Amino acid sequence: MGRFLLAVLRRDLTLAARRRGDWLIAQFFFVMVASLFPLGVGPEPNMLARIGPGVLWVAATLASLLSLSRLFSDDHHDGSLEHMVLSPEPTVLLVLGKSLAHWLIYGIPLLLIAPVLGIQFNLSWEAILILEISLLLGTPILSLLGGVGAALTLGLRGGGVLLTLLILPLYIPALIFGAGAVDGVIAGTGAQAHLSLLGAFLVLSLMIAPWIAAAALRVSLE
Amino acid sequence: MSDDALLSVHDLACARGERLLFKDMNFSVGAGELLLVQGGNGQGKTSLLRLLTGLARPEAGEIRWRGEPIRQCRDQFHAEMIYLGHANGVKDDLDPIENLRFAEGLQGRAFERERAIDLLQRLGLARCLDLPCRVLSFGQRRRVALSALLLADAKLWILDEPLTGLDVHAVALMEGLIRDHLAAGGMAVATTHQALNLEGVQVQRLLVGNVAIPEMA
Repeated sequence: MGRFLLAVLRRDLTLAARRRGDWLIAQFFFVMVASLFPLGVGPEPNMLARIGPGVLWVAATLASLLSLSRLFSDDHHDGSLEHMVLSPEPTVLLVLGKSLAHWLIYGIPLLLIAPVLGIQFNLSWEAILILEISLLLGTPILSLLGGVGAALTLGLRGGGVLLTLLILPLYIPALIFGAGAVDGVIAGTGAQAHLSLLGAFLVLSLMIAPWIAAAALRVSLE
Repeated sequence: MSDDALLSVHDLACARGERLLFKDMNFSVGAGELLLVQGGNGQGKTSLLRLLTGLARPEAGEIRWRGEPIRQCRDQFHAEMIYLGHANGVKDDLDPIENLRFAEGLQGRAFERERAIDLLQRLGLARCLDLPCRVLSFGQRRRVALSALLLADAKLWILDEPLTGLDVHAVALMEGLIRDHLAAGGMAVATTHQALNLEGVQVQRLLVGNVAIPEMA
């Protein structure tokens, strides 16, 4: 079981390392979207600090969506997805491994870039720290729920757009609690409650999402 | 129906959308046997093979492996079966050895590098071992997929047009490999439009679909 999960992870990480272009696009997208706001809203520091957490969270959400449509479709296209589903190992583990790999490839870099963008939005160090914690808890949720959407829209024409419409509403709780935690620090009400709820949502996604995605994958492959 | 049948199909029916492709299909395959599925384009050969792998669900009927429905012994069945479809399942960004390594890992098995290299050389890929599969030709990629098939050591091979894109040498090689596999007590279900030279092999032929009267559901 562990060996299988590790094999899925190693495979996806190796493939991502071979195609750095795809990987960079999502990160650049994150930086671009977040950078557009100061240009559009104006460089007033207090205003930027107020909208900063929300903007960074929305940008992270969109950046993760950008890469999700390819989570299964590349493997579906060249036939390797069928081989993986026909493995004696459970499909749930396959989905979990791929979601985890997606988080490592696309989620972790967002965590590394976010502090720099936080400075751009005039966030305090304390707020940046909470932003990091909220992203650390929140980005795996994006990858896990995204796996469900990617499995459901597999093989559909225009699946990318449909995926966005399906999955964005599911991201709303993560967005509210994630941005809310940082807002809480800035407003002085504390981030504890928001982070706890975000953590609970992560646990819930971890428990449910891989099973739904595995079922969706089997239906899509039929 | 013989008692030593490992794979058996009972009253199987398959539908694609509204159209019924076939129904009341019964057959069984035992160790050392090859089932050659024949029929025109669009008659349901690939659909039948996908049913046999468990990727698709039958409209009616049942498929059994060692006497048990494949839905109930999925893990064991998948451990003993390998499927090669139209798509090769070969990653373009990886070289042939890496492809085999991940294919083995995804089957939950340890990777034997020496054996993998040996197989790739036997299939005529000695000079492409460190090239990404992107630069290989269609036939060479098919050979990589066939190496993965051999490396898996599965009892049951389910092959959908395994000879597509192969040159005459590779076809002859493939015939030999199928013969060896069956002689070693393996079994295979295959579709092909090409004539196969399979002397000394127990071949069962199955005609899928009725070209003259397509049935409507």
